Amino acid sequence: MTDAGVNFHFDVDGDDFSSAGAASVEVKKHLRQLGFPPEVIRRVAIAMYEGEINMVIHANGGTADVLVLPDEITMVLRDQGPGIADVSLAMQEGFSTARDSIRSLGFGAGMGLPNMKKYTDTMEIETELGKGTKIVMKVKV
Amino acid sequence: MVRILKIRKIRELLDAELLCGEDQLDREVYSACSSDMMSDVLAFVKDQAVLLTGLVNPQVIRTAEMMDMHCVVFVRGKNPTPEMVELARSSGIVVMHSALRMFEACGTLYSAGLNGTKVAEA
Repeated sequence: MTDAGVNFHFDVDGDDFSSAGAASVEVKKHLRQLGFPPEVIRRVAIAMYEGEINMVIHANGGTADVLVLPDEITMVLRDQGPGIADVSLAMQEGFSTARDSIRSLGFGAGMGLPNMKKYTDTMEIETELGKGTKIVMKVKV
Repeated sequence: MVRILKIRKIRELLDAELLCGEDQLDREVYSACSSDMMSDVLAFVKDQAVLLTGLVNPQVIRTAEMMDMHCVVFVRGKNPTPEMVELARSSGIVVMHSALRMFEACGTLYSAGLNGTKVAEA
């Protein structure tokens, strides 16, 4: 890997719940090939997976960009969904606006955003109602 | 007492039918967890190698992969789709299904010495 790092771009399909997580699996494979420690790979994969699921559940999909540097991995998730009305509320464990149909699929327990924060070193949320959300997460190696 | 079990033994104890991962049966595991809520698996589970669940959709396999788990057991006779089995096969995850209910399946493995779920530290 060069000092400029490696970039990965993914389109996250909002119409297909069963394919949600495919980008995270790809990133995990790439990071493994690049020789990152398993714990770093797991943290990146879980945070990104939660983000992907969120985009599919709440925002009809979006994009994910991952910049891999030797000492830091940055994930940028963008969607054009409804936005988050109250970010501090959404960050509380157990708070969820997901529909019951999502819960029956095993998600929507209100752990997504708290989990993303837990597994990353920094997480920043930019959101605007009716416009969408951008989340930037970094994991230090 | 915590024991290490081979996946082969788990299959035997649960009288489970193997759906993929024949070549992984001698892999050793020391811990398991159970949930129908993948959100909770992602949030609370740490270092558990076996997931027991009654939930059937591809995200079960993806969750197991994200958590570096080796084996997924579908309880209550739930049958994963061929696509799910294929997804697990490509990720090197053993998949089996058992007619036992969740409570019985967990109790059986716990009695055999598998460690329970440690809640991950924040």
